[in-house]
Amino acid sequence: MAKVIEGLFYAESHEYVRVEGEYGYIGITDYAQSQLGNVVYVDMPEVDDEVTAGEEFGAVESVKAASDLFSPVSGTVVEINEALEEQPELINADAFENWIIKVKLSDPSELDNLLDAKAYEAICE
Amino acid sequence: MYKYFPHTSDDIQQMLGVIGVQSLDELYAEIPEELKLKRELDIPSEKSEVEVRRIIGDLAAQNKPLLCFAGSGSYDHYTPSVVPFLASRSEFSTSYTPYQAEISQGTLQYIFEYQTMMADLTGMDLSNASMYDGSTATAEAMLMCVANAKKRNKVLISATSNPQVLRVVETYAKYHNVELVKVPAADGVMDKAEAKALIENDDVAGLIVSQPNYYGIIEDFSGLADLCHAHKALFAVNSVASALGVLRTPGEWGADIACGDAQSLGIPMNYGGPYIGYLCTKNELVRKMPGRLVGATTDAEGRRAFVLTMQAREQHIRREKATSNICTAQGFMCLFVASYLSLMGEKGLREVNEQSYAGAHYLHEALLKTGRFEDAFGPKPFLCEFTVRVKGDAAELRKALAEKGFLLGVETEGMPGCLTIAVTEMRSKQEIDSLISNI
Amino acid sequence: MNNVYYGRLVFELSKPGRVGYSLPKSEISGYCISELPEGLKRQSKTILPECDELTVVRHYTNMSNNNFGVDTGFYPLGSCTMKYNPKLNEELCALPGFNRHPSTPVEYVQGSLKVYDEVQRTLAEISGLSRFTLNPYAGAHGELTGLMVIKAYHLQRGDVARTKIIVPNSAHGTNPASAAVAGFKVVEVKSLPDGTVDVEDLKPLLGPDVAGMMMTNPNTLGIFERNIPVIARLVHDCGGLMYYDGANLNPMLGVCRPGDMGFDVMHINLHKTFSTPHGGGGPGSGPVGVRKGLEHLLPNPQVEKKADGTYDLHCDAQSLGCISSFLSNFTVIIRAYAYLLSMGKENIPMAGKLSVLNANYIKECLKSHFELPIEGLCKHEFVFDGLRPEYGGDHHDPAHVTTLDVAKRLLDYGFHAPTIYFPLLFHEALMIEPTETESKDTLDDFIAVMKRIAEEARDNSEMVRTAPHNTPIRRLDDVKAVKEPKFTFKNL
Repeated sequence: MAKVIEGLFYAESHEYVRVEGEYGYIGITDYAQSQLGNVVYVDMPEVDDEVTAGEEFGAVESVKAASDLFSPVSGTVVEINEALEEQPELINADAFENWIIKVKLSDPSELDNLLDAKAYEAICE
Repeated sequence: MYKYFPHTSDDIQQMLGVIGVQSLDELYAEIPEELKLKRELDIPSEKSEVEVRRIIGDLAAQNKPLLCFAGSGSYDHYTPSVVPFLASRSEFSTSYTPYQAEISQGTLQYIFEYQTMMADLTGMDLSNASMYDGSTATAEAMLMCVANAKKRNKVLISATSNPQVLRVVETYAKYHNVELVKVPAADGVMDKAEAKALIENDDVAGLIVSQPNYYGIIEDFSGLADLCHAHKALFAVNSVASALGVLRTPGEWGADIACGDAQSLGIPMNYGGPYIGYLCTKNELVRKMPGRLVGATTDAEGRRAFVLTMQAREQHIRREKATSNICTAQGFMCLFVASYLSLMGEKGLREVNEQSYAGAHYLHEALLKTGRFEDAFGPKPFLCEFTVRVKGDAAELRKALAEKGFLLGVETEGMPGCLTIAVTEMRSKQEIDSLISNI
Repeated sequence: MNNVYYGRLVFELSKPGRVGYSLPKSEISGYCISELPEGLKRQSKTILPECDELTVVRHYTNMSNNNFGVDTGFYPLGSCTMKYNPKLNEELCALPGFNRHPSTPVEYVQGSLKVYDEVQRTLAEISGLSRFTLNPYAGAHGELTGLMVIKAYHLQRGDVARTKIIVPNSAHGTNPASAAVAGFKVVEVKSLPDGTVDVEDLKPLLGPDVAGMMMTNPNTLGIFERNIPVIARLVHDCGGLMYYDGANLNPMLGVCRPGDMGFDVMHINLHKTFSTPHGGGGPGSGPVGVRKGLEHLLPNPQVEKKADGTYDLHCDAQSLGCISSFLSNFTVIIRAYAYLLSMGKENIPMAGKLSVLNANYIKECLKSHFELPIEGLCKHEFVFDGLRPEYGGDHHDPAHVTTLDVAKRLLDYGFHAPTIYFPLLFHEALMIEPTETESKDTLDDFIAVMKRIAEEARDNSEMVRTAPHNTPIRRLDDVKAVKEPKFTFKNL
């Protein structure tokens, strides 16, 4: 059974946002990593790039699949998880610990459009 | 029945019985009748092997031979007998893309060897497993520049590139909505001052130059790589593959991408194809690279073996987000190149270039001495190809020489009255002298 | 096939001082590359090996023995049409008379130009279209060219708003990729449970922004799209053009032509339908055909037959432009010509029918062991969705046997695997295309082996899950291949 953590915001496209103050940490869920298999590459945006809710900001690759990443929220990228450049498999080890980008939220009200843990869990069944 | 169909009437009846239909036509029962062709195809009747051999043999014989002094993207180089012999092995030729690596090590290994050789010849980190030809390889190099730049959509290309290459790159640019700008030529080489001014606008994704250029001239690219990199543009060099054995390599010029046609490495001219485009780049750009890539890994018993890799860039996985629509391109031609270079080695490749150089310079000098030709751009360094202005009608001269059995270069595009002429190691002194005496 | 792994690289056979070539002694002296300015010359040594001729011959011969081709055995790779490649074609395309410089004046290559024109005419008749260009080098290149034709058609009418191409979700990955390279936005249309295009899902997608729709018929599940007249009408009514991906043309030969189905533009894979060898992945050939009224848009240069029966090359100002350096993968065209002449009007339709017979026969014989998601007649190929649950295919069982395992086990029995995990509509897709050149005997052997594998999956799944066992190498670590990339000998 894939892990789902309380207190995060989830998108139906299997990304999560962990909100800390005016920032959001965006990654893919444990369910998403388990479906993808061994992650071999994470295509990330650059710091200062703008992301828009519902739009693509990168991709996660396994050996024989690739999955586009859709941003659950809008904002400006303030940090990318550089550890994933060398060790993309960290996502398989712990998808929630190993976020992909940190974004300064431009419209926190967008969080209301996302799912809570319970609703997301229901999708994964 | 027929030689390519193994079914006996009995077989067909038994198989129809298993399927539960009465006739072969009933296998198409679900197709609306109005869509079916209700007549025979209007094409010739079947022919025996003897007849087909005669028909196609006659057509081959209608192509009258001309002694080749032309290049411009296709070169008459020596192909060792071993190359087509090995290529006739049907274990190679009747296989397909090596999806099942366990039974495709032959294909994967020769592609790996090809990738190694092309990366080394161009001085780059890696090569893909082939493109269709030099023109489409250059078009893909342009697309790589744009993909890499993300927010820039303008690519520069030297006007001294082969017009065939320019036309194909223009087509791809037009349909892919890339703004392609030709950097004008000055005195037969790219005007570096113009290139500098354009790059300094900071809106250029890449610059593509050609070596030797369309006129045969060896250009000096000093400073261009640094200039491009200072303005976040990629620097791509299109080269004639064979020349890479002796000319400063794209890597040595500081290029990010090397592209071009590798027909000159042992592949017959065959009226235009199949050839093989090459595309090489640096490690940092591997994920922007189109096409197949073969990599080394280990099998379950720890043995070194080879496999298609980095497939998540490709069309069968990424669909419309792929780096390109290209699938496997000219895989089999990698075998031509790998076996050719295995036989020739560095020494052979150098000798080919030395002999072509000597022949071309000998002919060039002799033509100038006749007084009927002059250099199109004054004295310039060249390898095996050069452009001269004919005093008189160039087209007429070329036509008259064809009647005497010579293919005297190509009419230089954009330079009325000029011919671009090539000499390879295949032309003996006697043949060159005979050409001169016929002029 | 030799199941003993060879595995050496030519660089490992090199020994300083050996040569594998011979060139005549140069009679011209006084010219040397050393005269060139230093800065223009290569600075570094090369990695090229030094080998004698026999070393090179043995090396590649040993490598070939670790390779599987159609001449080795049955190659039921779905959507690839791995039919027999006649040897006569190889002999004829290698005739020295065809080895000409591509800039040879047309008067001296009339034979080659006639081959080109005859093939183009024959393909037009077989397809029910007006004219073909043979310039595209491959199927994907043909798709790109065809999409450029569609774009050029709209642009020349001043209709600049058509930015979308509709593609079924069952389509080959090249379709959306080609549309993207041609500068279109891709819109997917859904499939019905029987695998055909959902016309109701299509209708709302159509409008003044649609440039065209790409389809293959039969589709990638081997199912004939019966609604094709309706679909073609809907797309035409909204102003779009219909594109036919010729990957699956083989079963339609002489029975039902793309032009008659309502398609406007198409490509053909000569390496699939017309028997030219796949060459480990190219050189292929992807001729593009168009209906009447679109001929002027085809790429330059075009081969033209003049009133006096001679041939010329010409460039049309309205053409979409050039897409190749010269005139195609020419020797591939010669091979296809030899095939078309040999087969003639009698046998070309028979090829299609026998390919359909073979596919349906395998399907009926194996559906007891493999999950058949779509019942009914297929055309040249069909798709199983993995093993049936009672034969180890139960997805809920963590130890279940996957399609990949079945594919690998087939290699042990001397067969190439079918196409796997495509189309994406099924999780465990196993796509089988036998082609017409395989005998009932071969098919019966294959069917027996597939059943045996199903029984092994039920009784001894470990054996299947660790396959292959009898191949030159075992399963490869493809994660390592991506994470520790080694693309050249220098990286080893």
